[in-house]
Amino acid sequence: MKDLVLHAQNISKTVASPEGSLTILADVTLSVRAGETLAIVGASGAGKSTLLALLAGLDSPTTGRVSIAGVELSMLSEDGRAAVRGRHVGFVFQSFHLIPSLTAIENVMLPLELANRRDARAAAAQALAQVGLTPRVGHYPKQLSGGEQQRVAIARAFVTHPAVLFADEPTGNLDTTTGQRICDLLFELNRSTGSTLVLVTHDRALAARCGRLFELDAGHAVAPAAHLSG
Amino acid sequence: MRSRLPRIFLADFKMRALRFALRNLWRDLKSGEMSVLLLALTVAVLSLTAVGFFTSRIGQGVRAQAAEVLAADLRIESSSPLPARYFTQGRTLGLATAQVESFPTAIFNGEKSQLAAVHAVTSSYPLRGKLRIADSPFGVARSTDHIPKPGTVWLDARIVAQLELSMGNAVRIGATTLRLTQVLDYRPDQGTGFVNLAPAALLNEADIAATQLIAPGSRVTYSALFAGTPQSVAALHDYLVLNKAAGERLREVEESSRQLNSAIDRASRFLNLANLASVLLAAVAVAMGARRYAARHIETVALMKCMGAAQGLVLSISLIELSVLAIFAVLAGAALGYLGQWGLVWLLHGLIQGALPAPSFAPVVIALVTVLAMLVGFALPPLLQLKNTPPIRVLRKSVDSAPLRYGLSYGLSLAALAAILWALVRDVELVASVFLGVLGVGAVLALAGFGLVRITGRLRGGVGVAWRYGLANVSRRGAGSVVQIVAFGTGLMVLLLLAVVRNDLLADWRRSLPSDVPNNFLINIRPEERQPLNQFLQVHGLGQPAMYPMIRARITAINGVPSEALKITGDVARGYLEREQNLTWAADLMQDNQLMAGRWWTPQDFGKALVSVSSEYQEALHLKLGDRLSFDIAGESLKVEVVSIRKVRWDSFRPNFFMVFPPGLLDGAAGTYMTSVYLTPDKRPALARLVREFPTVSVFDVDAILSQIRAIMDRASLAVQYVFLFTLVAGVIVLLAAVQATRDERRYESAILRTLGASRRTVLQGVAAEFGALGFLSGTLAAVGATSIGWLLAHRLFSLEYRFNPYIWILGLVCGTLLVGLAGTLATRRVVNTPPIVSLRED
Ligand SMILES: Nc1ncnc2c1ncn2[C@@H]1O[C@H](COP(=O)(O)OP(=O)(O)O)[C@@H](O)[C@H]1O
Ligand SMILES: [Mg+2]
Repeated sequence: MKDLVLHAQNISKTVASPEGSLTILADVTLSVRAGETLAIVGASGAGKSTLLALLAGLDSPTTGRVSIAGVELSMLSEDGRAAVRGRHVGFVFQSFHLIPSLTAIENVMLPLELANRRDARAAAAQALAQVGLTPRVGHYPKQLSGGEQQRVAIARAFVTHPAVLFADEPTGNLDTTTGQRICDLLFELNRSTGSTLVLVTHDRALAARCGRLFELDAGHAVAPAAHLSG
Repeated sequence: MRSRLPRIFLADFKMRALRFALRNLWRDLKSGEMSVLLLALTVAVLSLTAVGFFTSRIGQGVRAQAAEVLAADLRIESSSPLPARYFTQGRTLGLATAQVESFPTAIFNGEKSQLAAVHAVTSSYPLRGKLRIADSPFGVARSTDHIPKPGTVWLDARIVAQLELSMGNAVRIGATTLRLTQVLDYRPDQGTGFVNLAPAALLNEADIAATQLIAPGSRVTYSALFAGTPQSVAALHDYLVLNKAAGERLREVEESSRQLNSAIDRASRFLNLANLASVLLAAVAVAMGARRYAARHIETVALMKCMGAAQGLVLSISLIELSVLAIFAVLAGAALGYLGQWGLVWLLHGLIQGALPAPSFAPVVIALVTVLAMLVGFALPPLLQLKNTPPIRVLRKSVDSAPLRYGLSYGLSLAALAAILWALVRDVELVASVFLGVLGVGAVLALAGFGLVRITGRLRGGVGVAWRYGLANVSRRGAGSVVQIVAFGTGLMVLLLLAVVRNDLLADWRRSLPSDVPNNFLINIRPEERQPLNQFLQVHGLGQPAMYPMIRARITAINGVPSEALKITGDVARGYLEREQNLTWAADLMQDNQLMAGRWWTPQDFGKALVSVSSEYQEALHLKLGDRLSFDIAGESLKVEVVSIRKVRWDSFRPNFFMVFPPGLLDGAAGTYMTSVYLTPDKRPALARLVREFPTVSVFDVDAILSQIRAIMDRASLAVQYVFLFTLVAGVIVLLAAVQATRDERRYESAILRTLGASRRTVLQGVAAEFGALGFLSGTLAAVGATSIGWLLAHRLFSLEYRFNPYIWILGLVCGTLLVGLAGTLATRRVVNTPPIVSLRED
């Protein structure tokens, strides 16, 4: 149990909708060991993003418990969960989510500054170098291509050396070739930093690169919950 | 050690918030996101401080002019000599002092004599205002800084005419002989009541002993005059209130002149109205700006929370950012306000006599408090909501934080704003009218907005694609559209209201004092002189003015309670009770009087024991309809019932009376009559003849005070227009804020529409249709609001006739549609012109 970096126990999510309450995630149990790569797969609307949000503590489950790095999230306040995210978690999103008024390096510096790191600029520059964007550090997001923006986002996600990195459809907004390169980068950084990667995708080929698959269908886990592939 | 840790953490947290805030502020300013907020705050401060600085200066300047009526800032009068310690105390406080001794006596030129009011003055007289003298009777007058030298006397033109004197002649006053050197044209304190009926003689205090006229039993009024800084005057006032003897009467600037006071009062109301409007508009703009700020920062906040930022940090950052903005706005606004105030002073230079006192810095404090109240009330709610942004928004845009209750916060800050404005304006009625008016119109606008949103929701078929898109937007944006309608409507309404006030109310005010308003009152006309005097006036082309009977009477009892036993306090009220009052009778209500309560009499009431009282009288003596007043009229007692209360416009310069009886009641009792005529300068010589032909008729010249009031009107009009400029800017900022409110949505929509193949033209036409519809509706409602508030202001606050002005409606409609339509379209043009890919990518 000790090396379980992520653990979800019987979590479900029910939301209110005009037609009454709607269960979008039903009774999911999931554990991720440190250093593992996990792909959450399923059709669009299956509940993948919902599960990711719950695992990352961005939202609270209606029932069940989630812990990150051994910290039980349901015991924490919103600020407490934020602190856990800040310390242990990194994110990469489908729509990049760079702050348009910040340059590439400032975007990467943001999580370091929030963690009050003094060497923010140097660390950010190094992270950008790792994703091959040194010449673009001073550029604003709108001056960058989609692939470049996503590389900035990846640098931002890894710059704090998170224990777990969550990626929600990281290639969803990119063409195949660019998407391929982004994924290569993601896996490479994941390996070199020794972090855990939780990847949400509906792309089977991408999912196949992960150590483990977790499939969702209409909010339910599809058995077998885990299998290995090459 | 243990206790230091959290403190270090806290300090560290604060530093981090500060660093983020400053950096955000810089970026937000660069990208123009805060500009509306900053502009709105700056304009609010500018308006508050400029008007504050200016009114504190002009207020003192105007007060100084009003003080002319007393020839001092403070004056104490008595029928016995005033104790020397009053003067000592005044000088100790740094006040200038002067002394006047007044008494009636006859002045002789050989055998001929004329009754005169002699005023013996010390060399510093007058402390406020200037004496005016002429070289010949009714000749052109000039002002002077001197008083008659010992051995000389200045005489009123009427005395000079009566005694057939020329300059250099000697006249006898009491036991001494003085040489006539100037014709006395005007004394600042000659008064506006009908007290000093006898023409005046001015002489040096040094000559008074030689006249030997001041002896026990002679009717002398001793006056002590004081002038200086407001604080010292107030200090002496307090001292005198505590120490004065029973028979000594304190006279202050406020009570010195009804006419001047009502003119100044009106002027400051106009200024304050403009000020109020600016602040309210700025508050609307701040509310809109803060909403937009929150909307624009939601994504960033969600992201920051996602990366570990605590709620407190998020809130601190936006709070610090806004506070820095507020400080900046206050500094910039106050600096501009100081400059603006100089603009006002420059604009009015020459109109204000003497140097203006330096502005006080109280307005800056008031502006700071106001800005804080506006920020806390209108900007904090969206910030609190921003703090609650759920981090899951990074994954799902549709998730919003739980809506906050804006109502309480808006309500509280509106109350705070009302309190501040009240503290500023000290005019409950003005603040209440404008506030309730704006709130009421805001509510109507909101309702109408919901209505429009629903109607346009159904109205989609049958119109072109652009219109369909535009109108569909109005209904789709729902709450956003309602907010926009309220903002557009409020902005337009205040602007229209300014148009109403500026053109109609100011013009009405000036109309109320036309150039041919009577500038000379003829008093003391004996009944048998009425006919010949009328003839005289007609022959000399002075018309046939109405003659009012004048009766002097004293109230002896109210509802049977003798006036001595009445529990009524206050100098004014006691004065009404103790002194004889001028009464009249009339069949018709005087043209400038307004019936406040009760009814005016019909011919059947003539001869009945009724009375109509003025509102001042009614308020001072707490009278109500049906009260019975007992009078002593030339020894006979009369009991009458109060049947009506009139509001009298004392600044109309027509004969006006506190009390009016119906005809037929006192017909025998009239001692004298009075009338008023308008004299152009070229007709002034006729006065000399009139005085000779009707020696007992007193001519009372009010030209000087008339021009004082006209100067105040001119001054006020200019100042109000200038201050309205700030309001105009505030209004434009509100419109800007309203246009900006939906800009971000629009950017996205237009990109999608254009991606889907809509031409730029179609998209722009749609935008124009949307803003046009919003403008049409808010313009119409704004016209309704402006008209009603204008009517309310005219009636309740300015006592003016409100003329309905259809122009305002057309202006509201056309301007609303065009201004909002054009502004909205122009502001959105850039958004539409941006290639869709840029817009989509930026999102
Ligand atoms: N707050 C919510 N309210 C209503 N429905 C929701 C909410 N969150 C998610 N859903 C619905 O739940 C389902 C799963 O959503 P999501 O987790 O985003 O799916 P995926 O990421 O697999 O495409 C979708 O049908 C979505 O519309
Ligand atoms: Mg998803």
